[in-house]
Amino acid sequence: MAGSTPASPTADAALPGLAARRTSLGLEAWRRFRRHRLALAGALILGLMILAVLLGPLAWRVPINEIDFAAKLQGSSLAHPLGTDDLGQDLLARMLYGGRLSLAVGLAAMIIAVVVGVIIGAIAGISRGSVDAALMWLTDLFLSLPQLPLLLLIIYLFRDALRALAGPEVGMFVLIVAVIGGFRWMPVARLVRAQFLSLREKEFVEAARALGATPLRLVARHILPNSLGPVIVAGTIDVAAAIIAESTLSFLGLGFPPDIPTWGRILYDAKDHLDVAPHWAVVPGGAIFLAVLSINYLGDGLRDALDPRKVM
Amino acid sequence: MNEQELRQLIAKVKAGTLSRRAFVRMMVGMGLTAPLAAQMLAYSGLAHAQPASAYKPTKRGGGGTLKCLWWQGATLLNPHFAVGTKDQEGSRIFYEPLAGWDADGNLVAMLAAEIPTQQNGGLARDGMSVIWKLKKGVQWHDGKPFTADDVVFNWEYATDPAVAAVSVGSYRDIKVEKLDSHTVKVIFQKPTPYWADAFVGVRGMLIPKHLFENFRGAKSREAPTNLKPVGTGPYKFVDFKPGDMVRGTINTAYHEPNKPHFDAIEMKGGGDAISAARAVLQTGEFDYAWNIQVEDEILLRLEESGKGRSEITPGANIEHIQLNNTDPWTEVDGERSSATTKHPLFSDPAVRRAMAMLVDRAAVQKHIYGRTGIATGNFLNNPPRFTSKNTRWEFNVEKANQLLDAAGWKRGADGIRVKDGRKLKLLYQTSINAPRQKNQAIVKQACQKAGIEVEVKAVTASVYFSSDVANPDTYTKFYCDMQMYTTTMPQADPGVFMNQFCSWEIAAKANKWQGRNITRWKSEEYDKAYRGAESELDPVKRAALFIRMNDLVIENQVVVPVVYRPRVSSVAKRLRAPLSGWDNDFWNLRDWYREG
Repeated sequence: MAGSTPASPTADAALPGLAARRTSLGLEAWRRFRRHRLALAGALILGLMILAVLLGPLAWRVPINEIDFAAKLQGSSLAHPLGTDDLGQDLLARMLYGGRLSLAVGLAAMIIAVVVGVIIGAIAGISRGSVDAALMWLTDLFLSLPQLPLLLLIIYLFRDALRALAGPEVGMFVLIVAVIGGFRWMPVARLVRAQFLSLREKEFVEAARALGATPLRLVARHILPNSLGPVIVAGTIDVAAAIIAESTLSFLGLGFPPDIPTWGRILYDAKDHLDVAPHWAVVPGGAIFLAVLSINYLGDGLRDALDPRKVM
Repeated sequence: MNEQELRQLIAKVKAGTLSRRAFVRMMVGMGLTAPLAAQMLAYSGLAHAQPASAYKPTKRGGGGTLKCLWWQGATLLNPHFAVGTKDQEGSRIFYEPLAGWDADGNLVAMLAAEIPTQQNGGLARDGMSVIWKLKKGVQWHDGKPFTADDVVFNWEYATDPAVAAVSVGSYRDIKVEKLDSHTVKVIFQKPTPYWADAFVGVRGMLIPKHLFENFRGAKSREAPTNLKPVGTGPYKFVDFKPGDMVRGTINTAYHEPNKPHFDAIEMKGGGDAISAARAVLQTGEFDYAWNIQVEDEILLRLEESGKGRSEITPGANIEHIQLNNTDPWTEVDGERSSATTKHPLFSDPAVRRAMAMLVDRAAVQKHIYGRTGIATGNFLNNPPRFTSKNTRWEFNVEKANQLLDAAGWKRGADGIRVKDGRKLKLLYQTSINAPRQKNQAIVKQACQKAGIEVEVKAVTASVYFSSDVANPDTYTKFYCDMQMYTTTMPQADPGVFMNQFCSWEIAAKANKWQGRNITRWKSEEYDKAYRGAESELDPVKRAALFIRMNDLVIENQVVVPVVYRPRVSSVAKRLRAPLSGWDNDFWNLRDWYREG
């Protein structure tokens, strides 16, 4: 059906020409992506942000923890382009430093959540019977676990070991990413499984199976690429959630040490001074907002670009 | 300051050349409490001053509703089960003790007819007993009379092990006898310098015998009156939602004329300190908010709206940094920070001394606490002639550097000092609280300049201050090199307060970390001074011993005091609320009124 019905008159009209210039899938995706303006803007902003946090500290060499009470709660100035906090510490330096952590935590946690979710969802979706049931039970189990007490337990159990192994910052990073990623794969797994259940009954999959494709090839080549759309959107939401989850952990004293200025931490510190020093909250809040929005649009664009059925 | 000087001062008070108030202030400056100082005077034959009440209204009621905000709501209303201040305060609306403590540490009679003194025969000369005369004509809210039987019952109730009362500490070592229907005698096992503990203040609220009689022992927690109090206080019980709301209405049969002023009272729970301050100072939704632990800068800003003010009540709470005496990084018999170990870095006195110099207390006061925390390096603050040389404090990075250089701590390639292969690297923990995190940042920066690497850690307060044996992050476990918090003084006498440096109080696995000596410091001299103070009846000698104990702690840098923290409350503009640092906020609720 998907093959026999013309998707649209325009696609139909272009058919003869298409056969002549066969573009690769990647190029085709890029062509589609480019037409999504907001996604392009999102990618640009996110790219700039990543570049800024990677290279910024090399150019802006003000220390992140230089206390200067004479300059506390100042707005933007030449010495402090983004102003200062209540200890007179430079916000730009702190934002750049914190951005590395916040973005890294968000992206790494998203990757873990998506990879684990896709693997479990795919296995559950393609195998019938007991494996599927067992994996879905596992998913339900994880969904019903009280997350906060478990987080506390995991952090108490492994914090000191990791701290000794990799230092307070890296150790905490690994732990936070693992914990946030480990608790956010369930929605992805369910999405992937649902997609699999519907896709594996489709004609093109049946055709592939009839041609003798192994289950692995069926999954990797035919079903998975077609089920990625919702996963990408879920993944982008996860990035945002991970950045926010990290600030929640900091708030509970389980995240990074309190003097490490992740964006969530800066925002939390600023909340009591909103009335006199709004810049202090606006800067990290704006950064989180922009990052999350850009990632969401990027995901939107990617989904459209990677979905060959979608006509643009 | 020694015994001799103290006696001279007391003589001056007697002669009238030094005011009582100045004397009490001086003693408080030396780390004694106002009540102890006032009792020193009482024992020296100088009666308690009877402070005049500043209550103005000339008729009962008519003041409308008094709306109070407690950002931690009361969870039960039986004073003998009140673990936290919030429960004590909730109970204090309805229940009263025999006497309360005012801001200057004087006893103020509540259900007592008068304060016992040596002159009126209430106080035995040998310190072995006290006779309390009860006020006549006092009624419980249900109309039954208040008598000596009720007082005796409270002692029996609190000491019954099956009841498991929180107040047991104040009643355990006494005997109470009824002399007649309105007189009781409190008998001590040994001469007791601090006699006004049982039936007084926080632990002294009295519950009615006729309603609790049938709920003794194991049944005590089932008493309906635990949640529906019937007391003698200025307000009668209306409604209680644990953790959320306590409501009371005027007691028209209150035993003092023209009191209380308000027709009803509401004590709302929930929120946090800063939103509570806002509700009184900025929006004016509430009349009173308790325990405002907020940076002074924010308070000053909120006060600008003119709806209320901050009341700062001196007490004895001190924010300090503890330096671990034991090794938090080695496990011995299933516990870290075991008293059998020595701290790898702080065992060097030079490191301790340097650390004391690296705490910029002046900056902490100026930029964080303001009026709500006064920088102090010792307990002897005022006047300067009482400040001994070895307890003076300074902030001096330069000197700390020299000290460490001289002790052989050499800077490594990364700027961190090293000696015998050990790096000067410290973990510094406290609870999550914005002022504390700023304090940590200030100390960390100074340490960095002195070549000490400090890693800061903040633990959520409900975990940090819990007594959970399984949790490694509690302050009593002290699994880090330094930690900072405020030690409060729930009792008005330093006897219990100062036992936190005695060697038998060391917190360890064996006592489930219930010991009060968190720094695990051991000093024979201190122990001896403490034992001496315990049995010393002469209040002047006793005071001199406490001062010596304070000096020992400071000289050895067992702790680094940071700021002395008075209690802060937010009070609506027209509300007059007499507060005291030695008792509950509601200690004198009967005198609260709104100016016309």
